[in-house]
Amino acid sequence: MSKVVIPVGPQHPALKEPVNFRVIADGEKIVQLELDLSYNHRGIEKAAESRDFIRVLPLLERVCGICSHSHATAFAKGIEELMQVTIPPRAQYIRTIVAELERMHSHLLWLGVAAHEVGFNTLFMWTWRDREAVQDMLEEISGNRVHYNMNEIGGVRRDISAGEVASILKRLPVLEERIAEYVKMAAGQKTMLMRFCGVGKLSRAEILKYGAVGPTARASGVDYDTRKDDPYLVYDQIPWKVVTENDGDVYGRTKVRIGELSESLGMVRYCLENLPEGQIRTTAPKAAPSGEILSRYEAPRGELVHFIRTNGTDKAERLDIRTPTLANWTSVAAALVGRNLADIPVIVAAIDPCLSCTSRMTIVDQDKNEQRTLPVASLRPGNTGRKEGGLFS
Amino acid sequence: MNDILYLVLYVLVFPGFLFLLGYALFLEFIDRRITARMQHRVGPPWYQPLADFIKLLGKEVIDPAGIDRKIFDAAPLIALAAVMTAFIYVPVIGGSPLAFEGDLVLALYLLAVPTIMLFLLGWLSRNVYAAMGGVRAVTQLFIYEVPFFLALLTPALMAGSWSVSVIAEWQQQHLWFALLQPIGFIVALIGLQAKLERPPFDIPEAETEIVAGPWTELTGRRLAVMHLAEDVALVTGCGLVVALFLGGPLLPWDVGPAWLFGIAGFFIFVAKTLCILLILSAIKAATGRIRIDQLNDVGWKYIASAAILQVAVVFVMMSAGVIS
Repeated sequence: MSKVVIPVGPQHPALKEPVNFRVIADGEKIVQLELDLSYNHRGIEKAAESRDFIRVLPLLERVCGICSHSHATAFAKGIEELMQVTIPPRAQYIRTIVAELERMHSHLLWLGVAAHEVGFNTLFMWTWRDREAVQDMLEEISGNRVHYNMNEIGGVRRDISAGEVASILKRLPVLEERIAEYVKMAAGQKTMLMRFCGVGKLSRAEILKYGAVGPTARASGVDYDTRKDDPYLVYDQIPWKVVTENDGDVYGRTKVRIGELSESLGMVRYCLENLPEGQIRTTAPKAAPSGEILSRYEAPRGELVHFIRTNGTDKAERLDIRTPTLANWTSVAAALVGRNLADIPVIVAAIDPCLSCTSRMTIVDQDKNEQRTLPVASLRPGNTGRKEGGLFS
Repeated sequence: MNDILYLVLYVLVFPGFLFLLGYALFLEFIDRRITARMQHRVGPPWYQPLADFIKLLGKEVIDPAGIDRKIFDAAPLIALAAVMTAFIYVPVIGGSPLAFEGDLVLALYLLAVPTIMLFLLGWLSRNVYAAMGGVRAVTQLFIYEVPFFLALLTPALMAGSWSVSVIAEWQQQHLWFALLQPIGFIVALIGLQAKLERPPFDIPEAETEIVAGPWTELTGRRLAVMHLAEDVALVTGCGLVVALFLGGPLLPWDVGPAWLFGIAGFFIFVAKTLCILLILSAIKAATGRIRIDQLNDVGWKYIASAAILQVAVVFVMMSAGVIS
């Protein structure tokens, strides 16, 4: 076959969210790859700047359905630091428990998706079933399966009762067993190894060059984890270790995530067993003093950064969210060229991309062949954007 | 006169086409059910394959722009006709009355027709996913067909006949070929899995890579018929392996009147095909999809070598007079 252009996306069975790869393939080999991101810009950053802190938290949870707690915690943590409020230890523990449960359900979800991308649907069904156990725990703690809404400025909204602690502790061993099963599977499942080993390989130097984060970086031997390097909540007080592997391929990323599953489980257990007594929130002031802060948080996919600038009111003047997927995209493009067509889904899935969270707006005019960003004024409330130079000109 | 009536009934009703279509849908149900249970799902009710078939028949047939409609309509029917014809030579209630010396070769060729039709459909779809899938289907055909043919021909070598029914009868007097030629049996199962394009060999229709491969532009009754052809190919393939390696529907001893022998044979046929299906479904549930280049490596290096080794072993066994 001669060279053909194969469009993968914006609608494609391998993708859960819209993104477009224009793959130019020579038979089964990828010769060139063009990425087209950002089909789903939702203007959340701007919307966050027009709400007070209390109403920003539920909004930020909607940045991502998987790491909803991550975004809310990263923001709350930053604002609290600006206000110089220290939240009570019990609140810190509860935030950590929810964060690690979230990491577990995110990694279980990923494992299923990765298996599905290589056509191994049995593992997909199994992990998603086990993920339900984690979802149930989160629902018991917060009342919700997806948007837990546990955070508020100055602490958490709901307490974990002694009964809930006991009930979750009782169910953890089952999950532990299942995770052990996945460790065994990752090491011994022949077709999965064939599709994961040596695929999407990135060396330590490449990871550092492209600035990849999270499990993608840790799978190439980069010992970088915000929880260790810039500890927040109670990560410097509880026992855990950073999981790294040296494979640098999809297999390594699988091993890192499965390793983190058991680490997270250990952290949840420790936090539940050592949950300190006391208040779950302190009264925080309504407004934050003027200032700027960079709040870093280790989301399931990697380092999440919230840049917040305040101006002495109860609203943020500027919020900028750098999601881990954005940091990882360039490494994907580098890992794909020269590979086999069949490897696209699994290499892309290996960074666990969260596409809509990464969407930022740039206008591309194909006729004039020019690109521009939007002026802030065109996004102000009341501007329909239909005027010359607006959104749909 | 009676002979002709018997033949017509044999071909059209039982164990011919009518039974074949029902059994094909039943095997699809069993396959989906087994897979679902292994994946901790509930699985479909027994009538789901039939309901799917009827639903698809009633759906709109969409022609992609610029296709040759006649070939697009004909290809699924040709595929179905080919695999149904192949089934006539599979012994179900004792040897097939239409058996002739060489029907094994005919059945194997007829079984290759659906793959060729898929390639044709993919190529004619004017769709890049379908074209990729079609090319993959044919590439895969060249890889598995050689070991699959070799594995199925070794029983013929040892039994000294090219007729499926005669080979089944030979095993009645001697041993099952699954025991005499275990390597060939395993290669045949792998080849059958590849022929039916089931995981880990579902490369031509890899959902997450090329949407549905050659199936992408099939709609309505075309899709229904093509799907049915795949189910019938599953029955025919399982039936062939049963006849060639597990002694077919024949009992190792003679039982009373001929009608009792036929009924017993039928139940043995059903039991044995279900066993083969169980193995195929287990492979399907326990594996992911490999890449076409990996299949090329594995296929030629190991599976083809194993098949050739089996042929060599058969020659040694025959010249040493192990089996007379």
